[in-house]
Amino acid sequence: MIKVTIDGRDIEVKEETTILNAARELGIKIPTLCYSEFLEPYAVCRICLCEVVRGKRSRLVTACNYPLRDASVSILTNSARVRNLRKLNLELLLAQAPAAKIVQDLAAEYGVTKTRFPIKNPDEKCILCGLCVQVCENLVGAGAIGFSSRGSKREVSTPWGVEPETCILCGACAHFCPTGHIVMTEEADERILHSELTLGPNAAISIPFRQAIPNVPRIDVEHCIHFKTGGCELCSKVCPKDCIDYQMKDEIEDIDVGAIVVATGFQDFDPTPLKQYGYGKYANVLSSIEFEQMNNAASPTGGAIVLENGEEPRSVAILHCIGSRDENNHKYCSRVCCMYALKFAHLIKEKTTAEVYQLYIDMRAFGKGYEEFYHRLLEEGVNVIRGKGAEIAPIGGKFGEEGLLVRCEDTLISKFREIPVDMVVLCTALEARDDSADLARKLNISKGADGWFIEAHPKLAPVSTTTDGVFLAGVCQGPKDIPDAVAQGTAAAGQAMKLMTVGELFLDAAYAAITDEICSGCRICNGLCPYNAISFLEDKKVSEVNAAMCKACGTCAAACPSGAITARHFTDDQIYAQIEAIFA
Amino acid sequence: MDFEPKILGLLCNWCSYTGADLAGTARMKYPPNVYTVRVMCSGRVDPGFILDAMRAGADGVLVCGCHPGDCHYVEGNYKCLRRIPLTKKLLEGFGIDPRRLRLEWVSASEGGRFKEVVTEFTEQIRALGPLKLNDWAFAEQPLEVHEAA
Ligand SMILES: Cc1cc2nc3c(=O)[nH]c(=O)nc-3n(C[C@H](O)[C@H](O)[C@H](O)COP(=O)(O)OP(=O)(O)OC[C@H]3O[C@@H](n4cnc5c(N)ncnc54)[C@H](O)[C@@H]3O)c2cc1C
Ligand code: SF4
Ligand code: SF4
Ligand code: FES
Ligand code: FES
Repeated sequence: MIKVTIDGRDIEVKEETTILNAARELGIKIPTLCYSEFLEPYAVCRICLCEVVRGKRSRLVTACNYPLRDASVSILTNSARVRNLRKLNLELLLAQAPAAKIVQDLAAEYGVTKTRFPIKNPDEKCILCGLCVQVCENLVGAGAIGFSSRGSKREVSTPWGVEPETCILCGACAHFCPTGHIVMTEEADERILHSELTLGPNAAISIPFRQAIPNVPRIDVEHCIHFKTGGCELCSKVCPKDCIDYQMKDEIEDIDVGAIVVATGFQDFDPTPLKQYGYGKYANVLSSIEFEQMNNAASPTGGAIVLENGEEPRSVAILHCIGSRDENNHKYCSRVCCMYALKFAHLIKEKTTAEVYQLYIDMRAFGKGYEEFYHRLLEEGVNVIRGKGAEIAPIGGKFGEEGLLVRCEDTLISKFREIPVDMVVLCTALEARDDSADLARKLNISKGADGWFIEAHPKLAPVSTTTDGVFLAGVCQGPKDIPDAVAQGTAAAGQAMKLMTVGELFLDAAYAAITDEICSGCRICNGLCPYNAISFLEDKKVSEVNAAMCKACGTCAAACPSGAITARHFTDDQIYAQIEAIFA
Repeated sequence: MDFEPKILGLLCNWCSYTGADLAGTARMKYPPNVYTVRVMCSGRVDPGFILDAMRAGADGVLVCGCHPGDCHYVEGNYKCLRRIPLTKKLLEGFGIDPRRLRLEWVSASEGGRFKEVVTEFTEQIRALGPLKLNDWAFAEQPLEVHEAA
């Protein structure tokens, strides 16, 4: 450790610490442009110049890369000499990159407003600091950009100025560029749709969502630079606990369980095919889940309700039953939309001064306290219109940027209405997940015509299925709100616990049994049982059913040529007797 | 007198029996000609049940199971699927029109489909007329075997 003085203040630092880092430890600010803590200092912008005073002699050095080696020096970061030189440098930088905001601001801070040096290009933003080149080369490992030419023609470009194959479009150069000279652009469509305002992670390493278990970040291998080029590893450089492991692999584990609670929920109905609502076309037509996400405090808008252009809407229409109670889509009522639509209205009233229009078929405020909430909303001045939104048209501009016209029939006054609004929220149906048929098959449970899983009995076994040990909870069984989903989940967990705590298995009285005396030992039944419940006893030369494994389908009984198998409770005798009784 | 067919319906507990129940609770109207017997799975259907029903006086037999891939016991319906054509061959051998036996897949949620299947099959059997067994088929008493003199 060595002791140095910076601007008259003493500090003890490790040898080889740079002046910049030592000053930062003291909270002394030294301006930098070409410095990044993640890269070797390149020291070309020379804005970080400082005076190193040793006895009577003083030298000017760049703070970002000057290592402190002996204790007898004192450093001046803001002396008159330093300031004068910074001013000169800023004039040079202003000549090189007159359009760079960061340079202009810094110059203004130092009282420099114009440059005495010739300006080559008034729109230039690049200060030739080389951060981008270094990032691409040393951090990302792509080497897609570099300096070309020399002297006054020197510039950053791709080799021969063409789009380089080695560029992986990671955007790291743009991220590091201090002046905003490098920008990432999308060539095709420059509009930002609300659908892009997801709560999802925006970085290649992130905690998937706030309540994730375990609550730790994970690397998105598809977007991580390290997995593309072998470079970067920035995250491991900043992690103080050395937790980052690039060798980790996805693992698929088989877990033995005795009970399964299916709580796979729903998916949102996609309103794009309903062209009359212009979802995906008009920027300010949102699906309910997008609106819900925008309202979340963790959303990119910080929970603010804004239009595509960032302004607050003056009026919002909320259209109920999009895809629900609709002969052409889902005939059922999605059950939660009326109430969340009212919640939306409340949020809009709370956060903005906008008018709110609710367009509904029937207001289904069915739950505890819900009707009261509806009345409260009416008192808050929400406009409710009984009639389904029929169509949305742009008022001006192709994408409805200047407003949207909601057309509907107000059935209470038998009038056709056109309501101009800034934003439309579509309350899209809850629908069964695309992969639910697959899951039903895997778990051997049934799906109804509407796609939801079927409970064993609507009143007597509401969370059970026809497969022992498989239970249902939440929307996967049918649309319901959170209180109902939680109640059902608790019940399902209870049913699963019941199975586990009893410690004994109760068997159905219906199972197959083989009569030794009649069995000829043909073994036809052995291969038929889907549960491998039948085995052949070599010593007795007969087959035997393991009653604990038998599920009583009776397939074996139907096949046994000797009639040796009794399907208990569905015996041949019982069935023949029924037939006899019917037709006799 | 109008001919009212008598049909035996062998319904799987998990799908078609529930489907039939649904048709009932939904108050759907369909011909009352099908008399149902519940089995745990279409795989339980012993061809003997079918033959016995026809002997006892059924004009047709309708077997219903879960859709392929949906059998509660994984593959009982596939076993049934293989037995039915063989049983039809057997019926032909007895001189019985194989159209009097039908296998259909009806799931627990398909009350409407159950109604359609029953209506359609009843009409088919009505068109085929009453099942008249040849003297030798299913005779109550074994036929006397005349020994060559
Ligand atoms: C816009 C909107 C607003 C709403 N607002 C409210 C409100 O204010 N109050 C209220 O009470 N209700 C509200 N609801 C309803 C609420 O969202 C549901 O009641 C609730 O989400 C149901 O929870 P769930 O666990 O059944 O299903 P989900 O929330 O859908 O959760 C199912 C989970 O299972 C996962 N999953 C799916 N398949 C598999 C699989 N094979 N393996 C493992 N995981 C799987 C899914 O990724 C998902 O995380 C709203 C709904 C919408 C659409
Ligand atoms: S099919 Fe019947 S006779 Fe053959 S092994 Fe099985 S129980 Fe015995
Ligand atoms: S009844 Fe079905 S499950 Fe039971 S032993 Fe026979 S084939 Fe196996
Ligand atoms: S920051 Fe030190 S020379 Fe640019
Ligand atoms: S359980 Fe219905 S056919 Fe097997």
